[in-house]
Amino acid sequence: MMGRSLVAGLLLSVSAQMVAAETPVLTVYAPDYFASEWGPGPGIEAAFEARCGCDLQYKTGELLPRILLEGERTEADVAIGFNTDITKKARDSGMFAPHGLDTSALTLPVDWNDDVFLPFNYGHTAFIYDNTKVENPPESFDALLNAPDDLRLVIQDPRSSISGLALVLWVQAVYGDKAEEVWTKLAPKIVTVTKGWSESYGLFTDGEADMVLSYTTSPAYHIVAEEDLTKSAAIFPEGHYFMVELAAKLAGTDNPELADQFMAFILTEEFQSMIPTSNWSLPAALPKEKWPEQFQQLPLPEKVLFYTEDEAAALRDTAIAAWRNALSQ
Amino acid sequence: MLELKGLTIRQDDFSLQADAQFGAGFTTLIGPSGGGKSTLLDTIAGFITPSAGQVFWNGENITGLAPAKRPVSILFQDNNLFPHLTITANLALALTMKRPTEQQRSVIDRALREVGLDGMGNRKPAELSGGQQGRAALARVLLQDRPLMLLDEPFAALGPALRAEMLALVARLAGQKGIAVIMVSHAPEDALRVAEETSVVADGRVTVPQPTASLFDDPPDSLRAYLGT
Amino acid sequence: MAQRAVAVIPALIVAGLVIGPVMAVIWRAGGLGALGAAEYSALWFTIWQAAVSAAISVLLAVPVARALSRRRFPGRGVLIALLGAPFILPTIVAVLGLLAVFGGNGLVNTLTGALGLPRMDIYGYHGVILAHVFFNLPLATRLILQGWLAIPAERFRLAASLDAPIGRVLERPMLARIAPGAFAVIFVICLTSFAVALTLGGGPKATTVELAIYQAFKFDFDLGKAATLALVQLALGIAAALVLLVLSPPGGFGTGLDRVIGRWGGQSRGARIMDAGWIALAALFLLTPLAMIVLAGLPGIVSLPSEVWSAALRSLWVALGATALTLALALPLATKLGELAGILGVAVSGLVLGTGLFLIVQPFVRPAEAALPVTLMVNALMALPFALRILRPELEATRADYGRLAQTLGISGWALWRIVLLPRLRRPLGFAAGLTAALSMGDLGVIALFADGEHATLPLQVYRLMGSYRMEAAQGAALLLLAMSLGLFWAMDRGGRANA
Repeated sequence: MMGRSLVAGLLLSVSAQMVAAETPVLTVYAPDYFASEWGPGPGIEAAFEARCGCDLQYKTGELLPRILLEGERTEADVAIGFNTDITKKARDSGMFAPHGLDTSALTLPVDWNDDVFLPFNYGHTAFIYDNTKVENPPESFDALLNAPDDLRLVIQDPRSSISGLALVLWVQAVYGDKAEEVWTKLAPKIVTVTKGWSESYGLFTDGEADMVLSYTTSPAYHIVAEEDLTKSAAIFPEGHYFMVELAAKLAGTDNPELADQFMAFILTEEFQSMIPTSNWSLPAALPKEKWPEQFQQLPLPEKVLFYTEDEAAALRDTAIAAWRNALSQ
Repeated sequence: MLELKGLTIRQDDFSLQADAQFGAGFTTLIGPSGGGKSTLLDTIAGFITPSAGQVFWNGENITGLAPAKRPVSILFQDNNLFPHLTITANLALALTMKRPTEQQRSVIDRALREVGLDGMGNRKPAELSGGQQGRAALARVLLQDRPLMLLDEPFAALGPALRAEMLALVARLAGQKGIAVIMVSHAPEDALRVAEETSVVADGRVTVPQPTASLFDDPPDSLRAYLGT
Repeated sequence: MAQRAVAVIPALIVAGLVIGPVMAVIWRAGGLGALGAAEYSALWFTIWQAAVSAAISVLLAVPVARALSRRRFPGRGVLIALLGAPFILPTIVAVLGLLAVFGGNGLVNTLTGALGLPRMDIYGYHGVILAHVFFNLPLATRLILQGWLAIPAERFRLAASLDAPIGRVLERPMLARIAPGAFAVIFVICLTSFAVALTLGGGPKATTVELAIYQAFKFDFDLGKAATLALVQLALGIAAALVLLVLSPPGGFGTGLDRVIGRWGGQSRGARIMDAGWIALAALFLLTPLAMIVLAGLPGIVSLPSEVWSAALRSLWVALGATALTLALALPLATKLGELAGILGVAVSGLVLGTGLFLIVQPFVRPAEAALPVTLMVNALMALPFALRILRPELEATRADYGRLAQTLGISGWALWRIVLLPRLRRPLGFAAGLTAALSMGDLGVIALFADGEHATLPLQVYRLMGSYRMEAAQGAALLLLAMSLGLFWAMDRGGRANA
């Protein structure tokens, strides 16, 4: 009896594995934060698997370098989590295919008609502060420049972090040729420059800085997850730099139908309504009235600044040089 | 019988030449520090390769053999026992690299009785006195069962009485088993006590062994200089 | 001859594991890249900060080691063990601890603020150096303490009977022998510093070569430049390693530090107070940040998400595997040549190593499947030089003491390891294993290119928690990391000592 049920059990598990092997697999490359247990990845995976009858698997790490290194051999069907700093390089590689979707449903504050890279969330650069500690937060970029030097800022390195790069482009967009002067004024206030956003934000929450370069949506995390109302974004009338995250389909995908289905899924309300409270950013294709209430109440900038990828590519080196020269003094 | 033929040992600016035969029985190598006594012993044991000449044992050339393949066992000045092993485990290495069999165990126990360490096989060397460690090392050498035993001043750290006792034990056991012994010493009284023959190692040469008593009665110049007489 | 072959083969394996991936990156890049002014200034800063950090670590270690060598007090053994902790601390955890003490809101500023003194600003060159001294002072102290304990008590007695100045006749010659080697080891460690310089450097002035490599790789995808920088870094490391070998400090830095040498000198009241002061200062400097990490982590550790525990288990396996591999490589490599090959492991850029391995592995297996083995291997390579520094002197001493006895008994080959060498090396093996395991727990390694999202290690989870705003949980996970690193070190080091 024992023996027979053991054999039956073995057969069952073997056949279960065979069924699993026949389930099509959609491989999605994503940044580490995205696919982590605390990012939007798991929820999106479950929702998509429910409708595709497939197995969605994330591969995490440095997105574009990995795909470029792998070349034709890449397993990726879709890559999600690009920033605008590398779309030009990605596009030029010829490894990504047009998504073929109607982008008129996008609710971005800028026009978007890229046929390869599809936005799935956005936000803006902003300086976050503790409203119980900073009594007179600067009300404009100019006011920030002229704030006393004991206002301590922590920012990210534009050469290793997308938000750091967005900051130098932000300065460039607001001040143009005067960027280096602006950085000279900011330099005494900058406590330190970190490699990535996490380190900066950690220093800020540890009380090492009064203001941290982050996103307009950062206060939402504290409000929603921690019921902590003390974190605010300083909104500047000069405008805020636009940050968007993108997805694209690999030209060489083995599963073009599934990949297309996933790209289309990005624009659905089901996907978009998961973004705010898992990615802690604004959905790219969801009208404001459908956002969670706390997000609707977030103060957001009226003016949004953005460089196209060609403009950004042309300005990047100048903007970084201005930053480096001023901060190396 | 050990025979050194045209043997030359060179190390840096030191050199030693030897043409001599050592018979059965107990022979002492005597001479000043740095004269090359231990170097000669190391060459016979196979730790040093001579730059010229050969070593023969009973007519067989053993110059190129590894130490363990030679008909030779040796007691060093120190480190004659592995401190992390019990005395029994140390002695067992003379017989086998594996776990000793019952029969081998009884051989080891008999060797321990012979050197007066009955029942101490389970101790580690550090738990024995200096004299007992010497006895254990002697038991190890006896178990190796080689026809030639080399002693590189193994009992130098012991007091005079204990040293005399140990030498007498070596001489008695080696005699019983027909083992030839070559011992390095710089104490003439040791040589006189146990050695049938003595050879002087000094000034880069090894003299032909001579009966110990007559050698000390009428010492050659090299020995005279060493003894200060 | 056989002994040589035994050393040559692993030496070739290690050199191949380091140089092969660098070559793969150069091949993929189609050649080397040109370096610009920014890279040269990064190179200059890297050398400068490594030299200054190493010099200060060694200088401060001298009085601390002297005090420890000649004073006996309750808890001395525990203190010496704990003083070693910063060296095995994961960088990210250590930086958090340092900031809790020296940061804007840290203990020091709270204290100076209360006393109306000017604020201390940790960010800048001095911050980088402070952190490097924090990491490496324990290592320097251990190396130099070993030197002191290696001076036989008889020499002190002789010097005392001749009324000779101990400092000039005994201590200075010892330091002249030991200190340059200690300097070289720490210099190489600081060369590849990455996260420390980033967070505490205060700005682009403090760009290290390792950061420049990261930027070339991630921002410009300029593999040629990344490979060139990696080669420059490797060349610097090898140069320092050669200096180290020429000045090779005899004696390891591991075992037998519990004893106090009976000695003369330093018995005056002034000397006693000085020694107590140095020991107290070192303990305060090295232990306060540890205490702050514990305090900050306690609230988070009770409610850690289950993913952190599974990552902890995974990290434990990686650490144990890396330890086994390191020891398997270190034992045959414990020779002068082997040490030179071993130092390649710390001198090479982790990022370039990872990229090269990725290029090599990728045609044959799916990178995600190789993630943990590759992490394990890279961790083993990184820990190898330290294991060698610990094992080589002890192995050489054992061979000198018992080699002839083994030969005359015909013990050779595997039997020699089994019967003689391994049992004799238990203590240093335990210490080397503990150090390797602890270093491997904390190392983020090269997982970035290989990760599959499901097999995160504990340090990666710390970053992930920070990346999703969960700072309290991140600090709890950091405390878990600290506890596991120290626990592994303690258990293995202890295992080597039991009944030895």
